Amino acid sequence: MTLASTTTQVQTLLDATALGSIYGLMAIGIGLVFGVLRLVNFAYGQLIMAGAYALALTQDWSIIASIALCFAVVLGLSLAMEFAAFRPLRRASPTTMLVATFAISYLLQSIALVRFGAIGKIVVVIPGLTQPVTIGGLHVRWITVVTILVAAGVFVALTLFLRRTSIGLQMRAASIDSDTARLLGVRANAVITVAVLVSGAIAALVAVILPMAVPERILVTPDYALRETIIVLVGVVVGGIDRLLSATLGGFAMGFLVGTLSGFLPSSGSWPFTSSVYLDSAVFVLVILVLLLRPEGLFTRSRRSAVERV
Amino acid sequence: MRRARDLVELLGPLGLLVVVGVVGSLGFVSPARQTEVVSALVSVAIVVSLYVFVGNSGVVSFGHISFVAVGAFAAGVMTVPVALKPTITPGLFSVLAKHSLGNVPSLALAAAVGGAFALLVGIPLMRLSGLAASIATFAVLGVTHNILGNWTKIGPGALTLTTVPQTTGLLQGTIGAVGVAGLAFAYQRSRYGRRLRAAREDPAAARAAGIDIHRERLWAFALSGTLCGFAGGLFVHQAGTLQASDVYLDLTFLTLAMLVVGGVGSLWGAVVGALVVSGLDSFLLDAENGDVGFVNSLLGKPLWGGSRLVGVALFMAIVLVLRPEGLTRGREFRLPRLPRARRLLRGSPA
Repeated sequence: MTLASTTTQVQTLLDATALGSIYGLMAIGIGLVFGVLRLVNFAYGQLIMAGAYALALTQDWSIIASIALCFAVVLGLSLAMEFAAFRPLRRASPTTMLVATFAISYLLQSIALVRFGAIGKIVVVIPGLTQPVTIGGLHVRWITVVTILVAAGVFVALTLFLRRTSIGLQMRAASIDSDTARLLGVRANAVITVAVLVSGAIAALVAVILPMAVPERILVTPDYALRETIIVLVGVVVGGIDRLLSATLGGFAMGFLVGTLSGFLPSSGSWPFTSSVYLDSAVFVLVILVLLLRPEGLFTRSRRSAVERV
Repeated sequence: MRRARDLVELLGPLGLLVVVGVVGSLGFVSPARQTEVVSALVSVAIVVSLYVFVGNSGVVSFGHISFVAVGAFAAGVMTVPVALKPTITPGLFSVLAKHSLGNVPSLALAAAVGGAFALLVGIPLMRLSGLAASIATFAVLGVTHNILGNWTKIGPGALTLTTVPQTTGLLQGTIGAVGVAGLAFAYQRSRYGRRLRAAREDPAAARAAGIDIHRERLWAFALSGTLCGFAGGLFVHQAGTLQASDVYLDLTFLTLAMLVVGGVGSLWGAVVGALVVSGLDSFLLDAENGDVGFVNSLLGKPLWGGSRLVGVALFMAIVLVLRPEGLTRGREFRLPRLPRARRLLRGSPA
């Protein structure tokens, strides 16, 4: 194997790690809310979309002001979702909640479509970060390094938050057994609001990073981040949605898989699974296999009850 | 007494569908609105097919549109005239390129392909439950969409399939929707349907009573896939054109939302949900085009463009938040009891 091809492969793996980091971040956001609410938030991608539009429409502002607005918009929208939809649906069946978040996602997409049109708007957040840097023969963009570091930082910070603070402890208690936790004095609404806000902040962070890190995501469209959300949701369930670590690993694994497969598969081929055109099929077939073998999650300790409740 | 109530439960949804079909065929209905009625009936067919599995088993499937998709592509590809196939679907396997089918055989083919695919997929997947089942069915949709949208040996690939004969009119639409609803009712009243519903309510008790949940789910999945394939055939024969993206996420979301808005637990809910959401959609579309008089006079202009999308999504979100069990609360159709009848019935065991 020549040196050049080895560097390309290392670069592919590095890009895949960055993509995995972004998906991992989204998985944390989705997993946090699922933990306290038992709600799979399909509209998570539309939070990112709203943030990205906020950035795109304020291109002439200073970077700090633009990013601040992005966070404000996403946090506001998260709270609105919690109060207008999640709270009235606390006691609804998981199906209804999931379909309701579908409806919210669809609603936000159509509002964006009507308001901003189907043609994408370009987002340039921090131009300096998309410049390449050469480290020992590798051409890496700054954003790749920054993304990996930020994701790792967020994960560490969140772990500390969940383990070292009182509200974090309450959040963990609520996600294990919400009824018992409430009996012991955990204020459910406060814990849920905090979880929704943290999850929203992560969405805003992703809205800042995604346009820089993934070249084709530089254009903001109404269905922005929808594909990512779907893949992350799948990843979260494949990893094991019951625990934050396994959910995050699941999201990361999906990103890494998508990244490496798209890097290594040839670009053309006339039969299914022979080229990167069939990337989605390959990924989803793997997902089905994993779900069949480990329905409770790839990264969880196996504990199957005698009868599976639906 | 029970017989009569059963009959009412069946005739409610079927009657409504027939009324919709007949009203659509009346002279004063414009051709444009007739198309909307037909597409509402096709939606009913898809949503009821979906209901056969989701409603009876309680497992949400995000993958049923893949059976609609294979049905639609099978019926579509096989009814394009042979002479046109080299231009529309150039890469086709020669067996597919050299033959074409008539309208009814193509619908039967669509049902067969949908059912076979569902059976094949269902054998491993029906072992799963809960979120894992939902995500796995979604993964099936992802694979189906990806392959149908790219593999030119079995279809148009990334291009649009055109020149499909538009045979789904009011007559076929109504017959199709009524037929699907009738089969759905027959299934839920059969011993298979009842076993599956028992498993939905309490898996542990059902298993203790000797019900093989996996097998019952598989039957429902296969039947539901067959009906979905058939509905896909109706779908493509109504539109006349087909792209892989027509039978993907948007349709999945729309049909699931119709089902949940109507009420997941009942056939009546599936029919009502599909008709109400389609009706609202057509109404808002007309209002955008300036065809609805009172909206014009109220606003002084037609409804602004795009309000259809926002309106339908908003309606579904509001219904789900305010009435999570759906419009029918998951109950079957009942005639409203008259006060006198109630007095007469009191005392006698119903």
